[in-house]
Amino acid sequence: MLEQHLAALPIILPLIAAPIALILGRTVLSWGFATLVSGLAFILSWQLLSAALSEGVISYAVGGWAPPWGIELRVDAANAFVLLAVTAISTLVLVYSKESIEKEVKVANHALFYTAHLLCLAGLSGILITGDAFNLFVFLEISSLATYTLVSLASDRRCLTAAFRYLVMGTIGATFILIGVGLLYMKTGTLNMMDLAVRIDAYDSSRTINTGLAFIMVGVSIKLALFPLHMWLPPAYTHAPSAVTAFLASTATKVAVYVMIRFIFTVFGIDHVFVDMGMGLILMVLAVVAIFKCSYMATVQSNVKTILAYSSVAQIGYMILGLSLVSVAGLMASMIHIFNHALMKGALFMAVGAVFYRVGSVDIKAFAGLGRKMPLTMAAFTIAGLSIIGVPLTAGFVSKWYLVTAALEQGNWIVAALVLIGSLFAIIYIGRVLEAAYFQKLPESRKSENIKEVSWLMLVPMWVIVIANIYFGIDTSLTTEAASSASEWLFQTNNMLENSALENNVSEANVQEVSS
Amino acid sequence: MAEFIDLVLLAMLALTALRIIFLKDLFAVVMLFGIYSFLSALIFVNLDAVDVAFTEASVGAGISTVLMLVTLAMTGRKEKQSTHSTLLPLFVVLVTGAALIYGTLDMPPFGHPDNPVHQHVAPRYIEESPKEVGLPNMVTSVLASYRGFDTLGETVVVFSALIGVLSLLGVRRKKKKDLESGLETHSVLHVVSKIIIPLVILFALYVQFHGDFGPGGGFQAGVIAAAAFILYALVLGLPKAFAVVGPKFLQWMASFGVLLYASVGLYSMYKGGHFLDYNKLAADPIAGQHYGIIIIELGVGITVFAVMLNIFYAFGSQAERSNVQ
Repeated sequence: MLEQHLAALPIILPLIAAPIALILGRTVLSWGFATLVSGLAFILSWQLLSAALSEGVISYAVGGWAPPWGIELRVDAANAFVLLAVTAISTLVLVYSKESIEKEVKVANHALFYTAHLLCLAGLSGILITGDAFNLFVFLEISSLATYTLVSLASDRRCLTAAFRYLVMGTIGATFILIGVGLLYMKTGTLNMMDLAVRIDAYDSSRTINTGLAFIMVGVSIKLALFPLHMWLPPAYTHAPSAVTAFLASTATKVAVYVMIRFIFTVFGIDHVFVDMGMGLILMVLAVVAIFKCSYMATVQSNVKTILAYSSVAQIGYMILGLSLVSVAGLMASMIHIFNHALMKGALFMAVGAVFYRVGSVDIKAFAGLGRKMPLTMAAFTIAGLSIIGVPLTAGFVSKWYLVTAALEQGNWIVAALVLIGSLFAIIYIGRVLEAAYFQKLPESRKSENIKEVSWLMLVPMWVIVIANIYFGIDTSLTTEAASSASEWLFQTNNMLENSALENNVSEANVQEVSS
Repeated sequence: MAEFIDLVLLAMLALTALRIIFLKDLFAVVMLFGIYSFLSALIFVNLDAVDVAFTEASVGAGISTVLMLVTLAMTGRKEKQSTHSTLLPLFVVLVTGAALIYGTLDMPPFGHPDNPVHQHVAPRYIEESPKEVGLPNMVTSVLASYRGFDTLGETVVVFSALIGVLSLLGVRRKKKKDLESGLETHSVLHVVSKIIIPLVILFALYVQFHGDFGPGGGFQAGVIAAAAFILYALVLGLPKAFAVVGPKFLQWMASFGVLLYASVGLYSMYKGGHFLDYNKLAADPIAGQHYGIIIIELGVGITVFAVMLNIFYAFGSQAERSNVQ
């Protein structure tokens, strides 16, 4: 029976668990329950990915109504791959969050925290799995409301302004997506994504459809914090509780990148987006500016969480850069980076959270001398930091490698060089933290404080992600297999929907336009 | 004639919106928001979207006005002078507006029967839903059955809103003697509300269970029932309202509504169907659809009621405290 419902369970499970976690009420109970549910969702998504890799598409008609009349859940390699990363990070963060949250969130709010986390997980899974454009909006609302709540739960009062800013920007983004979906519905009479794709093709050059595309793209860009719409992200990540930052930084924006990929490749079709609308060049320029501007911003910050937040915006630039290359290799690089960046930022923010747990500050000065006092935490930070830089034998190297290869495949030397130069900034901002931790002495005033390593409950999830960083840097079979079949699949659905004779011209035109 | 009414209503809507932008008195702004909602509700009625109009009137003009008023009680009624430059926002708004107008140029003609929205999925809803779902109100068929998963999602959105408000404000019970709450000296209000409240609750139940046949359903019913309790709390004070339904109980109720909805889905999975496949709930598919829709509408109603009332409690207890200080 379970196999039949495999596609629906990763959404339903956390969705039902959220109100139960609220009823449980007690800290330990709701924590244990949420972790258990998230772990189950991880196992399910693992099975879902292997099923999607072997069978191709799994379609599930909710309510038994065939699409496009009912809502379809549609799992393929692309969303199953991202779902795996989301559920894995969610589970590890939940294990980690027990102690971290005790320090950073009021006791009365603990049950609310775990409820909001489960709601966020349910929303993100729903966005990933659904095959229906309006259903996507509904789950986007669930996950967004839950994230605003999570950000606002920190004991630092500044989180309220950050959450409010995030709320305003996020709501504008969601509204734009809704307007876009509405315009598409007006012109096609359907909300199912596959059905939309077929029918949009028929109405190709309509202004209403183009406006819909523009609204959806801007809305999603706000959600994924694409430069210059990223202003909500650094304060939100800086002031949120550490566990929340670790979770959001490695999942929420990645899911939004997936939504962009899904709309471009499945719903609108690449020739419409990249040739008719010329979005490829726009996205590429914004991505490159994001990489440089935000990497530079990261080097001049003093709060380590803000450094990593700006680094996140820059890394999102790499993902968008990959998809703007409009090739299977470029898309594959994006998909791999979505997965690998989740691992890097998860580990980094967990390490920073551990420092906050012991030292009570995440200012770069607070890191002085911690290399000796908290050796395991700082080692974790170092390895994950090397991964962000893209040092060989880490997951980050694999991402950069595929991105550079994809750029060179099109003879695009400039982009390849820019990617490599961008990495130099990462050396600076990660290096500043490492310099403080290993080469500066612990200040005299702190000597009396009892700063020691955090407990295993925080160290184990942190090190699991760190080891994953190394593992996926050496054995790339899982990531590359999943990412390549995901991107091939995305291109294939795109091709299926287009006239095959036209297709050849278009993809050549794509390559020419992008490389010029 | 319908076009003329539309034009008049839209003009009034635009005027209200402009007035809202330029007014500095927030109390008046909240009132205008209520008028704005009622005007939109009228437009929806004119478009024959009675269910939407009903929701807009009860949520937009009813509950949100109350919540905004309570917020004003905490923050004060004068708008602060903004120090930000307004040029960039103006530019963004103009670009967005221009994009929307550009998008309308190719829109299908208004209300034409050949439009894509009337030609693709809608015909099946219109022709088959009386046979497949068995309800005279097609809106409810689409909402609760064809797109029941969306409605579950929306119910969870409402639930998430409660989580957000509780984490920010929380509901604090106070000792009765601490402060004078409610309007205890107003006898007229007491008498009138005593007459009105039972009728409002009765009407809420009617809307709840009549949603299958006419406009209405769980969302509207939940809001109307919450309005009755809010009236009670306003007139008699929060402590007395807490004695009737406490905030903790409302938290459970909100969770219970979502769980009730989801359990219908789980039960249909247990019976061998897909999630939320009401056909499997009974031997006769039509009867199954009927059971399913009644139960999920009840779940929606319970959650919406509990969330709305609890949010009001959270706002209200905060406002009372700030009044005391």
